[in-house]
Amino acid sequence: MRAGRGLEAASQKSKGKSQKWGCWGGRALWGVALVVWFGVGVVQAEGALPLEAEGGMVEGGVGDWSRVALLGDYNSRVVVLGTSLLGAAAGLVGSFTLLRKRALLGDALSHATLPGIGIAFLVSVALGGDGKSLPMLLLGATVSGLLGVGAILLIRQSPKLKEDAALGIVLSVFFGAGLAILGVIQQMESGHAAGLEAFIYGKTASMTAADARLIGWAGLLCLVASVVLFKELSLLCFDEQYARARGLPVLLLDAVLMALVVTVSIVGLQAVGLVLVIALLVIPAAAARFWTERIRPMTVVAAGIGAVGGFVGAAVSAVVPNLPSGATIVLVSSTLFAASMCFGTERGLLVRWRRRQGVHQSIDRQHLLRDLYETLEDRGLADRAESGAGAEAIATFATVRERRVWSEPRLRRLVSRLGRQGVVLVNGESIRLTATGFDEAKRLVHQHRLWELYLITHADVAPSRVDQDADDIEHVLEPEVVAELERLLDARLRESGVVSNPHAVAGGG
Amino acid sequence: MMRFIDTWMWGLDGWIIVVGMLCAVSAALLGNFVVLRRLSLLGDAITHAILPGLAIAFLVGESRSSLTMFVGAAIAGVLTTVLTESVRGLGRVDEGASMGVVFTSLFALGLVLIVQVADHVDLDPDCVLYGAIELTPLDLVRVAGFELPRAAVTLGVVTLVNLLFVVLFYKELTLSAFDPQLSTTTGFSARLMHYVLMILVAVTAVACFESVGNILVVAMLVVPPATSLLLTDRLWVMLPLSAVLGCLAAVLGHLMAIEVPGWFGFRSTTTAGMMAVAAGLLFGVAALASPGQGLVPRWYRQRRLAWSILTDDVVALLYRIEERGSVTRATPQTLGELLFAGRWSLAAALRGLVWQGEIVAREGTYGLTETGRRRGVDLVRSHRLWESYLVERLGAPAERIHTRAEALEHFTDPGLRERLDTETDSPKIDPHGREIPKATP
Repeated sequence: MRAGRGLEAASQKSKGKSQKWGCWGGRALWGVALVVWFGVGVVQAEGALPLEAEGGMVEGGVGDWSRVALLGDYNSRVVVLGTSLLGAAAGLVGSFTLLRKRALLGDALSHATLPGIGIAFLVSVALGGDGKSLPMLLLGATVSGLLGVGAILLIRQSPKLKEDAALGIVLSVFFGAGLAILGVIQQMESGHAAGLEAFIYGKTASMTAADARLIGWAGLLCLVASVVLFKELSLLCFDEQYARARGLPVLLLDAVLMALVVTVSIVGLQAVGLVLVIALLVIPAAAARFWTERIRPMTVVAAGIGAVGGFVGAAVSAVVPNLPSGATIVLVSSTLFAASMCFGTERGLLVRWRRRQGVHQSIDRQHLLRDLYETLEDRGLADRAESGAGAEAIATFATVRERRVWSEPRLRRLVSRLGRQGVVLVNGESIRLTATGFDEAKRLVHQHRLWELYLITHADVAPSRVDQDADDIEHVLEPEVVAELERLLDARLRESGVVSNPHAVAGGG
Repeated sequence: MMRFIDTWMWGLDGWIIVVGMLCAVSAALLGNFVVLRRLSLLGDAITHAILPGLAIAFLVGESRSSLTMFVGAAIAGVLTTVLTESVRGLGRVDEGASMGVVFTSLFALGLVLIVQVADHVDLDPDCVLYGAIELTPLDLVRVAGFELPRAAVTLGVVTLVNLLFVVLFYKELTLSAFDPQLSTTTGFSARLMHYVLMILVAVTAVACFESVGNILVVAMLVVPPATSLLLTDRLWVMLPLSAVLGCLAAVLGHLMAIEVPGWFGFRSTTTAGMMAVAAGLLFGVAALASPGQGLVPRWYRQRRLAWSILTDDVVALLYRIEERGSVTRATPQTLGELLFAGRWSLAAALRGLVWQGEIVAREGTYGLTETGRRRGVDLVRSHRLWESYLVERLGAPAERIHTRAEALEHFTDPGLRERLDTETDSPKIDPHGREIPKATP
């Protein structure tokens, strides 16, 4: 839920900007970015075609990194291009399924393709072929994948079984059926069943130019569909009810989204195999989520992460011996995911930690200033301090720690930071407010007490409880609210400009 | 004809079925709670993610020793659960996605590791995925003087452990499945239960993986419990029922594996795969025919209700035509137009009414018999009393009451009708100015 809401809020925020900028400007830029991903790839794959028709294993162990990285020879060019295109397409489609909370749909779908592949193989052998015709196998995979989706939708209708059970049932039963059919195929004399294993584990290394081209075109198809239906698909992901109320054909859009997932899974079967194709759909999209709160950049980043994962993974497995390529691609992608989770600029752990740290620091600062002011007030020095001699007021580390549960080091860090900011002066054990610090402290105490007063007089909160409640809200009071509070409660203002404490200070102010 | 009769050998097929049953029971027992806690896919994730645990256990143990394998798998199971939780919590990633990220990464890691250790140990990913249940009777160990298949012994122990766990912690498991918050507040940490459950799922997956492959574990974990969930509303029925269904699927699966390929001229096929298919078939039958939840009974009840409402409507319409002395000829066509009924459903309703002796056909038009007229009076009386009630007592606007009364009239029995009469002070005419017929004797 939270993921969706954050994005929505962000997209609302950006609405004003994009209207000024021209609604089509953002869309065009986004479209161009995506077209570049796929366009370059397809052109390259097409360009690679006339050179040779069949690829073979890239010889590992040579350690010739530059040859692979710079697409120096034909095989690595095809493989690397094919996998990066696949990664990009999967990242794009995965963004939508992730936001639709259907991330694992691809898992069930890709498992459900296996019986179709087996049956297509049997049928094409029965018709006299060698059973290896790729279009036939992919057709079989598509049909049984769609049957799987149908079964999931049917099972979900039951009031007792939820989505997870539907996915689990379809996944295991279809895959079991697929294994049974493969078991039959392995006994056949005529067929060369060995090739079918590739669908389970992938066969990236022996990818041909035709495969790369297929992936390229499938990616382009996904791209066109997502660009054309972008508005509708995002609405479907964020607010299905609203989309329905607006008269969008929700069921049809869902079907389009599933068809895109099927497309990516089917072409992905060839490359990484059916167990790992789900990784390509989930990981880049989930990683992209850490970098942005807006859906358009998210699709671009997800496609980028998918492409990089495919590129690096294929290159590494081509150079290092004994590394299965599908698994390597997934591991590279999950490394990118881990990096994104730590360093992502919007929701990454580091950024969020620093943001939280910032809030804590500002809260501590406000608490300390308020404490110092109230210490002064207790000693009756507040008025005199205001007459210009701010430096006269003194508290010590010990007196502050009587009022707060701060540890000694934490307090010392806080005080020295405030000293650098020029609001307090430290002299040995004693702490004093500077003139600026005094003004700020006065304002803070004023706000805190205003809110307490408001809670007592207008919200009927017991005086003994208001201090804590006010503590929560004082840090986020806006000047307008303070003005409004002053207007509401004006009778209680003193000449000093600070409201007197509305409750007993026994427990500390 | 029945090929399995010719080739049946108790020493072989018997053990295959026993191993399949043990696997089914051990998985299905845990599966009930996995399905109820909506964690079906976590089961799937764990069974995939034990791969690196196994690979590392092989690297460390340098052999297929059971103990290291179970420890490795249990660690991998906990790791999957913990990682999924932390990616979800720390990264604020949606639960399905975090599961997808974690288990695919671990599975990929496992594949890489297995390729690395493949030189030392005989282990390949195929074995983990499909298993080789057909070979289990050949690998024997000597236990207490009997020659037993090793897989049967291992699975027997795991089944016993799972059974003990479910029986001993029945109350805690139930509570944490249906109301985790309550469970935690009463002192049984739902989170701890969750982890123990996941460890046992991982251990069961390891015990099963050599013999039946991990896909069958997922099938047995999810499908029989889901089937029995459709068949009953009681947990204490659901548990044994799922175990029985699992056993049935194991037997059926083995027979199908021998029998079905014969229809197409092949010898036989993977038993594990067919067991999953058999479990799926049982689920399909339950989903279609289960008395409470099945699609067919639900469809039948709906048709039955629609039919009875349509007959009510026909009788009431005929009564109103009679009442007005209208010249409308009640042909099936006019009835269909006035009631917005399809041709077939109307024909069924008319046939039923004629058979019950409530209407008669004369020269292509229909008229009420005495019985039918009594039913018509009851219906129209209910309708108009409801209208009066809605206007007088609930202050509903007169132009809106017809549809509501139309819906309520079908479910009004004589007692309710007389109460309506009393509540509205036995009015003579309804809000639309029509006469309310007298109650039938």
